Amino acid sequence: MDTFAALAHGMAVAVQPMNLLYALIGVFLGTAVGVLPGIGPALTVALLLPVTYKLDPGGSLIMFAGIYYGGMYGGSTTAILINTPGESASMATALEGNKMAKAGRGGPALATSAIGSFVAGTIATIGLAFLAPWLVDFAVRFGPEDYFALMCVAFVTVSATFGDSPIRGLTSLFIGLTLGLVGIDKLTGQARLAFGVPELLDGVEVTTLAVGLFAVGEALYVASRRHHSEEKLEPVRGSLWMTKEDWKRSWKPWLRGTMFGFPIGALPAGGAEIPTFLSYSTEKRLTKHPEEFGKGAIEGVAGPEAANNASAAGTLVPLLTLGLPTSATAAMMLAGFQQYGLNPGPLLFAERPDLVWGLIASLFIANMMLLVLNLPLVGLWVRLLAIPQPWLYAGILVFATMGTIAAKPSVVELSMLAGFGVLGFLMRRFDFPIAPVVVGLILGPIAESQLRRALAISLGDPMTLLQSPISATLLGIALIALLAPFVLKGLGRFKANED
Amino acid sequence: MTSGDPAQPRRVDRAGIVIAALLALLAAVLVWDARGLQSAAMYGMGPEAMPVVIACGLALLAIGNFIDALRGNLPARESADPVPVVLILIGLALLIAIIGFGGGFILATAALFVTTSAAFGRRAVLVDSIIALVMSTLIYLAFDRLLTLSLPAGPLERLL
Repeated sequence: MDTFAALAHGMAVAVQPMNLLYALIGVFLGTAVGVLPGIGPALTVALLLPVTYKLDPGGSLIMFAGIYYGGMYGGSTTAILINTPGESASMATALEGNKMAKAGRGGPALATSAIGSFVAGTIATIGLAFLAPWLVDFAVRFGPEDYFALMCVAFVTVSATFGDSPIRGLTSLFIGLTLGLVGIDKLTGQARLAFGVPELLDGVEVTTLAVGLFAVGEALYVASRRHHSEEKLEPVRGSLWMTKEDWKRSWKPWLRGTMFGFPIGALPAGGAEIPTFLSYSTEKRLTKHPEEFGKGAIEGVAGPEAANNASAAGTLVPLLTLGLPTSATAAMMLAGFQQYGLNPGPLLFAERPDLVWGLIASLFIANMMLLVLNLPLVGLWVRLLAIPQPWLYAGILVFATMGTIAAKPSVVELSMLAGFGVLGFLMRRFDFPIAPVVVGLILGPIAESQLRRALAISLGDPMTLLQSPISATLLGIALIALLAPFVLKGLGRFKANED
Repeated sequence: MTSGDPAQPRRVDRAGIVIAALLALLAAVLVWDARGLQSAAMYGMGPEAMPVVIACGLALLAIGNFIDALRGNLPARESADPVPVVLILIGLALLIAIIGFGGGFILATAALFVTTSAAFGRRAVLVDSIIALVMSTLIYLAFDRLLTLSLPAGPLERLL
């Protein structure tokens, strides 16, 4: 299908008054929840999933698009004003942004991050609209063995390649894969790891896991180290608007950030940390004001924020075209699709073009709404940030458990939520990454069924994995990505000794 | 709990050993569970294959984590205060018990709110209880009545 025609059709879906209202509610709720300290976009989406239970799929996905971008914007506000990035992707923003806020330039920092997010989000969404049909054409030729190989690449890159420690990343992934085994095996109807508990036969709910790990785990973690530091909210002083000089210093970092963010996000490698830090170091190198870096340079906010948003749109490319979530947020989006029995991928483009293109068009609209809404509403968001910590976390936990209570009010499900909370606390304490668990849970069963399908077609011959050129290439990439960090670690140690 | 002392990087990390042991245990549980499955597939893999593969991965990772722990390679940790953690867990246990015994949504979430707030250093239990009850009631009304999600009802909900 012609991209322009498809996009125009999507726009027609998105501008229906009800859908515009859903997008507006999504943007508003997403920002309001995302702005709360310690809550990143993934958790924002997980917490707000129950709100969309009763909507039709189209409206709910459009609301999701708004929640997604709103959550991202809210996260950067928190990073700038109180230096608690909700996720690692806003860490680079916090570096300079919080310094700017301390120097009384919080307004321009928020403005450059909002406008940069808009610019990057718009360009990246255009990229998504043009790249997606092309990838879909390619993906329809994928056999089950190719899908399996692709998921192997995602497993490795999400857990091992880009983290601090490949062993800890892979440990997280395998915990997720183990959780993915729980429940009735779809092909033979036998129960695995259910231990005779009927509630476990349906498997582990992605939302229960995500809310447990992110919300309950975070609350426990923050509570355990409350005696260490007191967060300080920087008031927004002075003008909200950027000066001419600010604009001049911002527009290039926005574009460069987008160039880093979108391609890296679109690769099945996941994570917005790499592009944001790449952008940060690039801006630091190219700036005409190197003396300001570390003291609040506007380039250091503009670039990483743009990279962050562009990579968020980028992760939608593998998610929508291949059904491959490469970040915790994308995994939550996939869970949102699955609650309607929809599986993103080439088939969805063919069967429900109105839905997919409506979603893509809504991304444009959500972006626009954020720009118009958020700068004037910044006072409201700041007031949300000023909620005292005890009430804030108590409220977060109430809201987090409410989602589970609404979905499945059973003692087993709530105990699992609490158990995942303890797991999330321990993982934070011992520095295991969390996103691979969620990705493992959601992708593990899909990878297994693709592998079993491939082996059934080949009459049990495992060589089928290497006979397909696509699958063989992808498995090769996965192997390299798995071994690279171990090889590079040796080099890194060498370098560290040199310093 | 041991702490990562930068002066002695080669110190054995006891928590890391426990993590490795837990991973090995998880691998054993997977294999034990997979033994009870029947392979019904004529060709290819049965349902027991993947658990065994994942168990092998977990076993390898247990070894990897064990080596890291022996070398003291774990990232440094700051001290943690167990009291608030236990308080929040008590709150979650209360919530589960109240829901389990039919006490309803409002009482359950109010209990969680008050304990969490106390865990974060608030001592005004009475004020917090009132805030919690009002908030839970509002959430209940908004979600149960407006969004028609069914939240569990107890004595308080039936009064509304």
